[in-house]
Amino acid sequence: MFKMQHAQMTVIELNRKSIEYRKKIITYIYGANAGHTGGSLSCVDILNVLYNHVLDVNPGNFSSPDRDRYIQSKGHTVEALYVVLADKGFFPEEDLKTLCSYKSDYIGHPTKKVNGIEQNTGALGHGLPIAVGNAIAAKMDEKKFRVFTLLGDGELPEGSNWEAALTAAHYKLDNLCAILDYNKLQISGTTAEVCNTEPIDAKFESFGWSVQHVDGHDINALIKIFDGLPFEKDKPSLVIAHTTKGKGVSFMENQVRWHHGVPDANQFETAINEFDAALAVIG
Amino acid sequence: MNLMQHWLSSDNEQYMPIVGAVAENKTINGKANLEVFSLTLQELAAADKNIVVVTSDSRGSGKLVPFGQKFPKQIVEIGIAEQNLVGVAAGLASAGKKAFAVSPACFLTARALEQIKNDVAYSDNPVKLIGISAGVSYGALGSTHHSLHDYAVLRAINNITVVAPADNYETAEAIKLAAAMEKPIYLRFGKKNMPDLKPESNVPFQFGKGRIIREGDDVAFIATGETVYPALKAADKLEENYRIRVRVISMHTIKPLDYELIAATANKCKAIITVEEHSVYGGLGEACASFLLQNGISKPFKIIGIPDEYTVTGSQNEIFDHYGISESGLANTALELIQKTK
Repeated sequence: MFKMQHAQMTVIELNRKSIEYRKKIITYIYGANAGHTGGSLSCVDILNVLYNHVLDVNPGNFSSPDRDRYIQSKGHTVEALYVVLADKGFFPEEDLKTLCSYKSDYIGHPTKKVNGIEQNTGALGHGLPIAVGNAIAAKMDEKKFRVFTLLGDGELPEGSNWEAALTAAHYKLDNLCAILDYNKLQISGTTAEVCNTEPIDAKFESFGWSVQHVDGHDINALIKIFDGLPFEKDKPSLVIAHTTKGKGVSFMENQVRWHHGVPDANQFETAINEFDAALAVIG
Repeated sequence: MNLMQHWLSSDNEQYMPIVGAVAENKTINGKANLEVFSLTLQELAAADKNIVVVTSDSRGSGKLVPFGQKFPKQIVEIGIAEQNLVGVAAGLASAGKKAFAVSPACFLTARALEQIKNDVAYSDNPVKLIGISAGVSYGALGSTHHSLHDYAVLRAINNITVVAPADNYETAEAIKLAAAMEKPIYLRFGKKNMPDLKPESNVPFQFGKGRIIREGDDVAFIATGETVYPALKAADKLEENYRIRVRVISMHTIKPLDYELIAATANKCKAIITVEEHSVYGGLGEACASFLLQNGISKPFKIIGIPDEYTVTGSQNEIFDHYGISESGLANTALELIQKTK
């Protein structure tokens, strides 16, 4: 089977991309006066590595039954996904100026109206069951495509995740990889305070998954961990990506209020300046 | 003076209520629609490996044991987890499988409603949702196992067809059409053996087009699913005893509704009675009433279904009888309504 090869991007190039993505996320959220800022900033490095290194999916093969699938279960951080998909050429970045505006296709959660998006998500606890269905279909047809889904830590208490986790292990779906964007904050406080889901790794392992931890902002570590999939033959894989909500903007990091906070003009300028300074360091 | 002229001219006389057998007493040679569903699906699966059944420990109740034995690679057992059942089916469908998600209607359309709304309808994944043992098929097992809400909730969800076949023929045709359909659909079946309705007009089955089972121009029963049969028996009784001519329609597709046929029926008949194995709220009856009222069509009209109360304990037939979804109950409803046409 033909696999599209990603242009080999260096870790430095990917790091630069991450900062550029962050700038765009903040820019479009600021422009729309709406969006899930903190979570978009926590998951964007994961999306960067997925779309620029891991996934066999691009505008040219998106209608192919053999493409890899990415389903964003934590749909509210769609701004990160939109920015990455625009960069990959699925649609003109210009379109994002209509984010959340009247009659725009670019709504505040993933929608198949937007080229490159697999499923309409946004209600939590839905991505993993659909991903399991995709992965079972691949096994049935002996296809080589892989299925990835990004889970939020705040959505883990949804029972449907655990139902799907059972099914994934039962059917030995080693073509499935779930990634947990573990920023440890949700809208009402820390995940530990709201509903303690720890130990997450032991729980998934007891369900029959193979689990690894990674720094979700370390591009090199993310590359290595995804290159090691599946972690074990005949087992679904879970990547627990430890992240920081609001990553990259000093006053947003680890602050609950930036879950869907939108920067004002001064905050926007400060954030852009911080990104530009970070880009200057990379060179 | 024939009976028809008699009732048209009568001001004071009341009809004697019809006291008759409930539907189960007439000989029924057909199979349960559920069984026809399984047999039809086996035929289709033999020729198409993309036909996949997804079940929630419902192989037995869904008559799917033979399917699983013949096509072990085309059945996905989820266990008792309906939300996951529908989500996984959506994933299978989006990857090219003709996924039939089979589960008791009561659980499928309540517990997994958000998955139906988002993963199937909104995401436009062409899952075939099969609600088995629908309505009050489970009888005395009680309200946990009844689905009297499914038409109402699914009617309010965009991008899903809702179908309740009346007999074995409609069931087989519906399954064949559903298999080929590239849009979401919900079909519900009971588990009682059903007769062949043998419609007077031999109109081929298609979604969104009601079937006229019996022709008449005094009263119309617009019925759906397993209530079409008692409506048909009531119609026979009304003609036999009172020479009241009754049109009986199998309105197998609740959504999209056959507005053209409803309008034509209202134009032709003097009174309309809708019949459904569903709450009187939000189902076929209210859908018909809404259409008629919004189009300025006023007729004596009655919705027969399960009222908004704790459902009486009993078998499906006893529950039908209790709420007037029976030969005698429906005939008497028709007689009462006819008084209003005079």
